[in-house]
Amino acid sequence: MVEWTDFERETIKSIFGKLDYDDVGLAALCRCLVVYPWTQRYFGNFGKLYNADAINANPMVAAHGKVVLNGLDKAVKNLDNIKGTYTELSVLHSEKLRVDPDNFRLLADCLTIVVAARMGADFTAEVQAAFQKFLAVVVSSLCRQYH
Amino acid sequence: MLTQQEKELIAQIWEKMIPVAPEIGSESLLRMMTTFPGTKTYFSHLDISPGSPQMLSHGKKIILAIAECSKDISSMMDTLAPLQTLHAYKLKIDPCNFKLLSHCLIVTLAAHMGDAFDPIVHAAMDKFLSAFAAVLAEKYR
Repeated sequence: MVEWTDFERETIKSIFGKLDYDDVGLAALCRCLVVYPWTQRYFGNFGKLYNADAINANPMVAAHGKVVLNGLDKAVKNLDNIKGTYTELSVLHSEKLRVDPDNFRLLADCLTIVVAARMGADFTAEVQAAFQKFLAVVVSSLCRQYH
Repeated sequence: MLTQQEKELIAQIWEKMIPVAPEIGSESLLRMMTTFPGTKTYFSHLDISPGSPQMLSHGKKIILAIAECSKDISSMMDTLAPLQTLHAYKLKIDPCNFKLLSHCLIVTLAAHMGDAFDPIVHAAMDKFLSAFAAVLAEKYR
């Protein structure tokens, strides 16, 4: 089981408590699709993804960004059982969506950078470490049902 | 593959970082060592407490090397030749760590530049730092 310090719990809850999920979801997913264009392979039916402006204006990207952030919210609310919370999502990503698990890490990195840009100096090294530990646990839980 | 526009963008950003090289460099190193504690194993000869003179000096060295390369990206192999030798034969840092520092450099830039570090700038920077890391590791084997 993952051990969280009080600082880590408070930091994670505080960050997510202040995030606008619509805004950050779009920003993180858009960034991932622009910086790592091969991730677009999973969004063939999203229509216009041919440049950064098109991706940012795409309503399906915005909608999906929101889905992802709400998914993360479940983990924030169940820090002591992220593994269990994500069992079905893991099966979905492996068997139905067939997403290469390395992509989870790429999206997690993009989300980290979006949060860093929003928080500026408040995103200290310790806050970053706590946030990335949380995302590493999320990524690991999503990978669990890949066989 | 960097476009001409991306090369200019990268050169501009690193030019601005030169006067604050110790701060940016030491912040990136601190972020890396805090988030990825395994990287501390390469610094047992230094005082790695936040803001220490050694962290500032080491951080400065790294940023200045990157800034130097950014001025003429197509000559990166030549510019980095001495550092390639140093990393391969003396330091022997596992190259998987280069991407951890690159990530933390990007986080540092994002924290300082805010919205100005948009996806286009991020993509250009990520490509440049990946190329830099690959060139740095060229002499390993």
